[in-house]
Amino acid sequence: MVSIQNLHKKFGKNQVLAGLDLEIKEGGIFAVLGPNGSGKTTLIKCLLGMVIPNKGNITVLGNNVKSGSEYRYKIDYLPQIANFPSNLKVKELIKMIKDLRGNTTKDQELIDLFKLEPFLDKKLGNLSGGTKQKVNLVLTFMFDSPLVILDEPTSGLDPISLLRLKKLIQTEKANGKTILITSHIMSFVEEISDEIVFLLEGKIYFKGTINELKTKTNQPDFEHAIASILTDNHA
Amino acid sequence: MLKILKYSFYDLMRSRWSYVYFAFYLLLGIVLLFLNNDLSKAVITLMNVIIVLVPLIGTIFGVMYYYNSKEFTELLLAQPLKRSSIFLGQYLGVAISLSMSLILGLGLPFIFYGLFMSSAIWDFSLLLITGTFLTFIFTALAFNIALSNENKIKGFGYAILLWLFLAIIYDGIFLMSLIMFEDYPLDKLSLIGTMLNPIDLSRTLILLKLDISALLGYTGAVFKQFFGTNFGLVVSIGMLAVWVILPVFRIVFKAKKKDF
Amino acid sequence: MKIKIVTFFAMIIVGFLQAQTVEVCKDCTYKTFSDGVKAAKDFDTLIIKKGTYKEYNILVDKPLTIIGENYPVIDGELKGEIITIVSDSVTVDGLFIINVGTSYTEDYAAIRVKRSMYFVIQNVVLEKLFFGIYIEKSQYGKIFHNKIIGDAVEEYNSGNGIQLWYSKNVEIEHNFVQHVRDGIYLEFSDDCLIKNNVSTLNIRYGLHFMFSNDDVYQDNTFENNGAGVAVMFSKRIKMYNNIFKENWGTASYGLLLKEINDAEITGNSFEDNTIGINIEGSNRINYKHNDFINNGWAIKVKGACYTNSFTENNFLYNSFDIAYNSNVNDNVFDKNYWSNYTGYDLNKNGIGDIPYRPVKLFSYIVNRTPETIILLRSLFIDIIDFSEKVSPVFTPDNLLDNNPKMKRIEW
Repeated sequence: MVSIQNLHKKFGKNQVLAGLDLEIKEGGIFAVLGPNGSGKTTLIKCLLGMVIPNKGNITVLGNNVKSGSEYRYKIDYLPQIANFPSNLKVKELIKMIKDLRGNTTKDQELIDLFKLEPFLDKKLGNLSGGTKQKVNLVLTFMFDSPLVILDEPTSGLDPISLLRLKKLIQTEKANGKTILITSHIMSFVEEISDEIVFLLEGKIYFKGTINELKTKTNQPDFEHAIASILTDNHA
Repeated sequence: MLKILKYSFYDLMRSRWSYVYFAFYLLLGIVLLFLNNDLSKAVITLMNVIIVLVPLIGTIFGVMYYYNSKEFTELLLAQPLKRSSIFLGQYLGVAISLSMSLILGLGLPFIFYGLFMSSAIWDFSLLLITGTFLTFIFTALAFNIALSNENKIKGFGYAILLWLFLAIIYDGIFLMSLIMFEDYPLDKLSLIGTMLNPIDLSRTLILLKLDISALLGYTGAVFKQFFGTNFGLVVSIGMLAVWVILPVFRIVFKAKKKDF
Repeated sequence: MKIKIVTFFAMIIVGFLQAQTVEVCKDCTYKTFSDGVKAAKDFDTLIIKKGTYKEYNILVDKPLTIIGENYPVIDGELKGEIITIVSDSVTVDGLFIINVGTSYTEDYAAIRVKRSMYFVIQNVVLEKLFFGIYIEKSQYGKIFHNKIIGDAVEEYNSGNGIQLWYSKNVEIEHNFVQHVRDGIYLEFSDDCLIKNNVSTLNIRYGLHFMFSNDDVYQDNTFENNGAGVAVMFSKRIKMYNNIFKENWGTASYGLLLKEINDAEITGNSFEDNTIGINIEGSNRINYKHNDFINNGWAIKVKGACYTNSFTENNFLYNSFDIAYNSNVNDNVFDKNYWSNYTGYDLNKNGIGDIPYRPVKLFSYIVNRTPETIILLRSLFIDIIDFSEKVSPVFTPDNLLDNNPKMKRIEW
């Protein structure tokens, strides 16, 4: 599905990714974890072609990322911070994205799911963070793409919406999609992900299932396992 | 690209700045024409305004739009769209909406005044063409500045500096160097100096219409060829086009390399 | 009473008998112009019928009325002067004269009048000429409604359309002159009237005065000449209601005044000239009710010019209104309309409340370094002009119009 070789990225003097290699197979939910500044978002942006790597090679579904923008038709991306043009209405934004990307009918279903109907005629600038995130989710899931990338999908969501999101992710997984998630909420990751990738100082520190991680770190639960990695490496 | 252009354009057309800009030119046109009642004088005053103000508004507006639409841009970048079409679309959206405000704002009062029956129509059209060129040039330069500077304040600072330099300081330096080297043949140098500054270039284009009598008073053969024939007009318009194309190329180039 | 009437008729009949008509044509008794002239007696009328007469050096030495019928062509075949008039009271009417000889030593003319009085030259068409109509030491003549079309390219080998030399009281009216060196040239000729002529596309000047006094020219049009009119070393010339247009080029003026005193320049229009009026060493001249429109420089003052007065003129859209090359001023500018004036009129009396300074600092800079003209109308130049306006350093402090009009002056 996704194949990354020897990825390097520097922002000024700050080396964010230092020779990262990663293979992600088709199907399943992958969580990308790591401390702040470990390069999670950069990695995702590299996948999307928003950040241009200094070195290395990325292929998504067999297409080299550098070779064009067409491959992004196969990716649904949920950005970390929902930034939308503030003087657009929700309805207009959805219409515009559909216009840019192709038509879909799934949006109505999602709007119903997240109860967004009353907000459709409101301007994006006037929405709360949580509502914006819901709009963000609608925009992401309304296209049926084989690869779904979610950057902090839980932020700002109320418990009911969170439950609906989890259900949605599971459904998508059942549809055979590959889902890439970054999150700081360990319980969410533990509950949902099949496999985790742990980034540290621009490299893959660990890749495998949560159980493998627990075994490796000799910790009884996931949160402690993560904490032990961090303390070990900072000691 | 056309879709992006469409959305940028609509977005701008809805923003109150376009209306302010449009209203400003409308008012200017009305005041000049109906309070003054002298078309030739109005055209001359307009020229002064266009040469100074259009670049200023083009740069400020371009920079402002770029920074304000950062979110929109990032949203677009994750979509299956080419980077060049995103930025060119936005650039054209800004440049076209600004040009529209200019052309409609000035054009309407002039049409009501009965421009089509007047001999000043060529001077006036040239003025609008020049204004449009300047809008396209300075919006492109503004996008270049914004693309190269993440920091908003810095970007605005550079934009103002650029305008100040091209509108005033450049001419000061130009004048000083002409006076300093007055013992040498200067006509080629002065023409080249003009070509290198889009504001001077547009000014020359308008001088060709308004002050041809004075320009022909100068002896130099190069000047004579430049101002005495259509050569000057063709070269000036060509150079203005180059001044649009080069910054636009840099936008495309810079956009390809940039991380978001 | 009866005797008186009889005598009167007898006199008329005698007059008719005396003043006979001589015809010249291919089939007539007299086949050439010269033969016709020789055959005619004093005060006869010589009729030249339609046809082509290849002749030159025709000497008219007696008072004759020479009339061309349907424009006969007199072709000089470039051999020399064509008609020379040396008698008083000669009229030449309706000839088409071409191919005057060119010489570097002699000024061949199509028609020359020499030391004669009461001549009339009218309805004559001249083409391919060297000099056109040359009046030499003659008086009381009339040059009326002629058309002179030359093909001059260079100044040194071309002649003037109408030239007066040491002549007095000549009227030059309704002539059309183009493509010669000077359209009309007056040298040492006083008390002449030049009216309603059109002089265009001439290499040097449309009209040229040298050492000529008390002449009047009015209602003429001078367009697209090397320079419109040059008035040099002359006194008391009156210039009324002429149009000076599109005289473009490096040393091109609508009007050039050099060493002129006590002239009057009224009601003229100077439009689209590189320099409207170029003034050098001229004193006591009144400029009134003139329009200066779209000139590079409306007025350029060089050298010493004293007690000239510029009142009630319109200065419209000139690149520069007035240029001076010194910073002393003894001339008066008053009650003019300046389209570049930016002042206000709070008491609504039609006169601006702050004075106008017609000389810009930039005109000094251009005078010094001509290439800087390319910076005309630049914001930077506007700024330095403004600062000079606020505190004059280079421009004459007292050069201002204290009563600038708010509206274009109509008269």
